[in-house]
Amino acid sequence: MIARPRAGSVVINEMRTEGKTYPHREKDMVRLAEFEKTEKEHLLNLPCPTFESRPFVTGVKLSRARVALLSTAGLHRRSDKPFGVGESGYRLIPSDIAANDLVMSHISTNYDRTGFQQDFNMVLPLDRLKELAAEGFIGGVSRYHYSFMGATAPEHMEEEAKGLVAILQQEGVDVVLLVPV
Amino acid sequence: MGGLGHYLESGNIATTQISLIREHTEIIKPPRALWVSFPLGRPFGNPNDADFQRDVLKAALELVEFKEGPVLEDYPKDAREIEGPQAQIACPVDFAPPPAEKGSLEALCQNFRREFSQMQSWHRLALEKVNRSTSGISTMNADEIGELFCSFIGGNTDEAESDGKRLSDSLRLGAEDLKAIYLEALSAQPGQTADGLALTDWFWGQTYAAQVLNEVRRRCLTFSDKDMLLAGKLLLVPRNQMHHFER
Repeated sequence: MIARPRAGSVVINEMRTEGKTYPHREKDMVRLAEFEKTEKEHLLNLPCPTFESRPFVTGVKLSRARVALLSTAGLHRRSDKPFGVGESGYRLIPSDIAANDLVMSHISTNYDRTGFQQDFNMVLPLDRLKELAAEGFIGGVSRYHYSFMGATAPEHMEEEAKGLVAILQQEGVDVVLLVPV
Repeated sequence: MGGLGHYLESGNIATTQISLIREHTEIIKPPRALWVSFPLGRPFGNPNDADFQRDVLKAALELVEFKEGPVLEDYPKDAREIEGPQAQIACPVDFAPPPAEKGSLEALCQNFRREFSQMQSWHRLALEKVNRSTSGISTMNADEIGELFCSFIGGNTDEAESDGKRLSDSLRLGAEDLKAIYLEALSAQPGQTADGLALTDWFWGQTYAAQVLNEVRRRCLTFSDKDMLLAGKLLLVPRNQMHHFER
């Protein structure tokens, strides 16, 4: 295996956006071009937001950082209202949620749900995060995690995301891992 | 996803993320992202493989210690490398093959009810095994879901008397519950494949439930209500499974 650069040892000022070779990959892997035709067309036509500013927080030490997960899989507790078309809000997921209490109501039918059905850590790796905290890789796990529903355009989630910042700071969260579906 | 990273980072919260579509991440340029080659719906690669999931998680988290960005790295392994050979789906129910010629909707519902009843039995076994189900988001029980679909495709739901949003939500959430029951039921069999594509192909290609959902989709498209039309166009049958119904 070709080693990945370790965090902190390599700085990428410009993202790699050209060419088809990936120096850290062992072999060619799935890219958008390899998707099934109708799926590829749909994904290619999805609008993506761009931003003029590039905020970038530095000085975080993982071994001392409290980490929260933020999914866009439309996850929620069984008692919560399911996500609907165009919804921009989020649902709160307690860190100690029981496996049978975590459900998914993302409106898209075009992605594989069987991984989540077999193991919720496939989409929200809560157990893995707790293991990393126990071994000291991260400083701790947030009491709460969050899920939006990713079919809504991100710019429509801006208000809720900015409101979430104050809650994350109040909870002492240093790092948020964002997980798409 | 990358947009949310931008908003949180603007509030001085450090973010890192999994990227499933590298081309999108290249455009959005979020602060930090780890691109993985895994299929949509599987951002941590392989179910019930804690070592693999932990490795992906560590690789994504390590990016927060970069001093400059934006950062986009490629995760070096494919999920399928450790998934092993794809097993053949051994269906727990002895389905008769779908009729060569399209039968009546009544006959379809009759077959569907029989099939669904058997699948519920296997689903109860699956529940006993793992004490977890992802079904239930519609808040309807299995019988109510079956009746909703059969009544709808039988023309017993009149548009003029229906709340389009409420009905389209019920159909969409009921469809998700139906699929969850079938696919979780299948997992009750020992040695079943964990391969998402094989499982999804099985559901859409070999079950009466899928034929019923396609008829639901077709009837939604006859409504004038925008929520019903959206459900029919996008929310019931996956784009990459439509070929089963385009003969």
